[in-house]
Amino acid sequence: MIEHIELFFKAIFIDNMVFAVFLGMCSYLAVSKKVTTAVGLGAAVIFVLAVTVPLNWLLDQYLLQPGALKWLGAEYADYDLGFLSFIMFIATIATMVQLVEIVVEKFSPSLYNSLGIFLPLIAVNCAILGGSLFMQSKEIETLGLALNYGISSGIGWFLAILAIAAIREKIRYSNVPPPLRGLGITFIITGLMGIGFLSFGGMLTGGDEETPAKEKTVEIQQTTEENKKVANNTKIIE
Amino acid sequence: MGLLSKKDAKLITDPLADNNPITIQVLGICSALAITAELKASLVMAIAVLFVMGVGNVVISLIRNIIPSKIRIIVQLVVVASLVIIVDQVLKAYQYELSKTLSVFIGLIITNCIIMGRFEAFALGNGPWRAFLDGIGNALGYGVILIIVGFFRELLGSGTLFGIPVLGDAIDKTGVYSIGYENNGFMLMPPMALIIVGLLIWVQRSRNKDLIED
Repeated sequence: MIEHIELFFKAIFIDNMVFAVFLGMCSYLAVSKKVTTAVGLGAAVIFVLAVTVPLNWLLDQYLLQPGALKWLGAEYADYDLGFLSFIMFIATIATMVQLVEIVVEKFSPSLYNSLGIFLPLIAVNCAILGGSLFMQSKEIETLGLALNYGISSGIGWFLAILAIAAIREKIRYSNVPPPLRGLGITFIITGLMGIGFLSFGGMLTGGDEETPAKEKTVEIQQTTEENKKVANNTKIIE
Repeated sequence: MGLLSKKDAKLITDPLADNNPITIQVLGICSALAITAELKASLVMAIAVLFVMGVGNVVISLIRNIIPSKIRIIVQLVVVASLVIIVDQVLKAYQYELSKTLSVFIGLIITNCIIMGRFEAFALGNGPWRAFLDGIGNALGYGVILIIVGFFRELLGSGTLFGIPVLGDAIDKTGVYSIGYENNGFMLMPPMALIIVGLLIWVQRSRNKDLIED
């Protein structure tokens, strides 16, 4: 359970798709002029990630990893189809997006109309392929964790585009220098938000193991001069 | 007259400045920002994109009359994915360290909007030679931005270029470090790439008033 919570917060705040690894920037910049459209696209991205990352995990686990093919028979155990990852991932993503589009159109025409062009556009959003590729490179262990990773990466992206859309709506009435208007100021604001998100970097590094050591060093510092040398040595070893 | 007619030469020079894929067309941002902490990574990425765009544009242009319109996105994706697999394997074979740094961003060339964008906008409607030039031009425009960002980030962030210390030695305090200059470690963090591109856009639009929005 604890690793689910850890992964959840890590994917949203520390490895945020927009601020830490810059995925999905093109649609992020293009769609963030109004909050309502940003919310629509963000929701669509969460949904597609939640569907494609677990699916690609299954593909990776049973087809693409080195030694993955042993369920076919022992002689296939040392095949490594890893080089096919790109094509297989992008094929599943394109297919899933097409399927999702058909299903949404049939079961909820109003949602389909409000999403409009965004749904097919998501297939080539680097955030989606990036989610699957990072899932593969981080070697996520179970299907549940993969689903968790998909949803939380989507939420991270959603947070980012929501924030920048809200800010862009506000600065339309500010005195931005003409050459910076529009794209330039958005880049700089996103950079500043990224710096802000860096502060989350210390979030998951604390814990029980560190506190006793910290207490120890504080105690040792309070001892007399003769113990200073010993204390210094101990601190270095800590 | 030279190798290229005036119109063809424009295909290469336009994306280098006035129609730059990153700062004007707003495409290909993702990979442009994430790997530019080292100049070497930026250069290799630029070359990879150059290869994929050049060959990809030619291939799509050659088969443009036989692709049915309904499946053209899938065909484009397959072409790009195959080329990227080649690039990835070559990189893993000859520059393993770098392929670890670039990790997933080589794969993300597939969804690099510049490539699909140029396929749709140009290669599907023009002959192979012009499509090739257009691909090269846009890849060069992309590469220029990558190299500029990588240059500043590596120089200011670690005082090296291509791994060679150029400002003096930080530990022995020679060169510029002797007067108290310190490396700006912040430059190596991802958000600074965004800010540098924002500043580049500022410079570019100040020099060319037509590009200003609103």
